[in-house]
Amino acid sequence: MSVLILAETLEGKFKKSTFEATSYGKKVAELLGTTTVVLAINATNPSELYTYGAEKVLNVSNENLKTFNAKVYANIIQQAVEKENAQIVIIDASANGLYVAPMVAVNINAGYASNVVAIPSSTTPFVVKRKAFSSKGFNNTEINTDVKVIGLSKNSFGIIENEVAGTTEDFSPSVIETTIVSEKIEQTTGTVTIADADIVVSGGRGLKGPENWGMVEELAQILGAATACSKPVSDLGWRPHSEHVGQTGKPVASNLYIAIGISGAIQHLAGINSSKVKVVINTDAEAPFFKAADYGIVGDAFEVVPKLIEKLKEFKTNNI
Amino acid sequence: MKILVCISHVPDTTSKINFKENDTKFDNNGVQFVINPYDEFALTRAMWFKEKQGATITAVTVGNTSTEPTLRKALAIGADDAIRVNTEAIDGLQVAKELAEVVKNGSYNLVLAGKESIDYNGGMVPGMLAALVDYNFVNACIGLEIEGEKATISREIDGGKEILSANLPLVIAGQKGLVEEKDLRIPNMRGIMMARKKPLSILEPISTKTATTTASFEKPATKSACKIVSTENIGELVDLLHNEAKVI
Ligand SMILES: Cc1cc2nc3c(=O)[nH]c(=O)nc-3n(C[C@H](O)[C@H](O)[C@H](O)COP(=O)(O)OP(=O)(O)OC[C@H]3O[C@@H](n4cnc5c(N)ncnc54)[C@H](O)[C@@H]3O)c2cc1C
Repeated sequence: MSVLILAETLEGKFKKSTFEATSYGKKVAELLGTTTVVLAINATNPSELYTYGAEKVLNVSNENLKTFNAKVYANIIQQAVEKENAQIVIIDASANGLYVAPMVAVNINAGYASNVVAIPSSTTPFVVKRKAFSSKGFNNTEINTDVKVIGLSKNSFGIIENEVAGTTEDFSPSVIETTIVSEKIEQTTGTVTIADADIVVSGGRGLKGPENWGMVEELAQILGAATACSKPVSDLGWRPHSEHVGQTGKPVASNLYIAIGISGAIQHLAGINSSKVKVVINTDAEAPFFKAADYGIVGDAFEVVPKLIEKLKEFKTNNI
Repeated sequence: MKILVCISHVPDTTSKINFKENDTKFDNNGVQFVINPYDEFALTRAMWFKEKQGATITAVTVGNTSTEPTLRKALAIGADDAIRVNTEAIDGLQVAKELAEVVKNGSYNLVLAGKESIDYNGGMVPGMLAALVDYNFVNACIGLEIEGEKATISREIDGGKEILSANLPLVIAGQKGLVEEKDLRIPNMRGIMMARKKPLSILEPISTKTATTTASFEKPATKSACKIVSTENIGELVDLLHNEAKVI
């Protein structure tokens, strides 16, 4: 028996979500009285995961697995599950994780709960809490199958150090043939993605036009944040679709979400509600966002944001 | 090309979410239901293939009679016929198994769905369906072109996009980008009239087995009031974020 965690890497380096998934997996393994195994494909430094509770790392090095292919990966995860007699499989909520998890569930006859935000509240029956209704509610889901797949929501458990004496074992799974091929990957480098960001700075229609995003980007840069926007802003073509957050856009689960010139429509709030701390800057004191926010400034973004940038710069200089 | 578009019948995005029967059931009292927004992108892309490449479109949903107006809306937008699998599914796997049966019996070569439904946000039905029928699958699809048997697909990845090529048959889980917001269609009078006459067949489910069940629902904890910082003292916000919220 074991708990298997799928590691995610970018150019060989583990993503932060892998540290979180490993921390979570370790906790689940403790509850079940078993051990953790992490499946790492083409990772540069597998032993880095011992810090977060990886008792064993299955280390796959294979040139043919350089680019992610969901069908191939789902099959490899299945081989790892069989080899390690895994009872639970934990997959993060990255784009690749969300892609592969349902395929894995079918391959291994497992029940699958996605968007899970907490450790199981009970192990017999096995019940996990998951987000539903775009974070307007939670669903305590009972998984009834012998093997279970858990999709872990980002930033829900946290990265917890739990050093163990881990081992790394080379693993050479067979690689199946597929008729689906990756032709090209266009990765924007140098910017923080919404998926990975601890802080997200988001602009709405109150910013009047795309030419005014300079201050949003500057604010984001100082904070090491990702930039995002409301739906009309992406529909108007002011910002790319990849920045659209909300119920019908990307979900945001950052530590800090700063909304500038966003009214706080129910569909917008639904997608960003899982952020821990929310700040709103809006001229209209009646804007619904103030009901959802922790901190607010009633004021004109064109005055407030430059001042905030200035104050943050001072803060940075004093805190280095 | 035979396209199957999977339609989920979901609460309108403005709905207040409440639960009943001791928090074990979703309370649909006063809730308006609509085509799942992600599925609208899928249906609209299917219409393009119908109009430009002569494809036929079947809309399918797994649900009880209350879902029929939503299916009729898909017919009014332009699907040729519709299928309702007559069961109130308990989990995503159950839905995927019913859809897999429809796909096998109808030999569809393209299945278009939304990447998730906005009610349970499972994000699992399309991927499970693809695995069950052994079709190629692309999640979070933001672009799809088809020439003969060959598809070129873009999908969103964290911080960018990936272009893939695949042979049909194919399952696609779409989102905005597959078509643009402005391309979405509102049914017109003629479409609504025609939809009434289009075939809507009702199939009985093949199984009632589920892998997961809902033990209970919960609402998010109510939050404390917003602290207002004066425009005269923006440094206070930096201070609060650092010392109180501890997020910077
Ligand atoms: C099916 C459906 C799905 C949807 N999904 C989403 C979604 O996923 N995400 C999303 O965001 N929306 C979504 N929406 C749209 C949503 O209903 C709102 O229309 C949208 O969120 C409003 O965007 P906004 O706040 O940028 O613009 P507005 O509502 O126009 O608000 C602009 C705000 O800026 C303020 N403002 C103006 N000038 C200034 C200034 N100088 N300084 C500071 N503040 C200023 C105004 O007071 C106002 O509150 C959806 C709608 C539907 C129907």
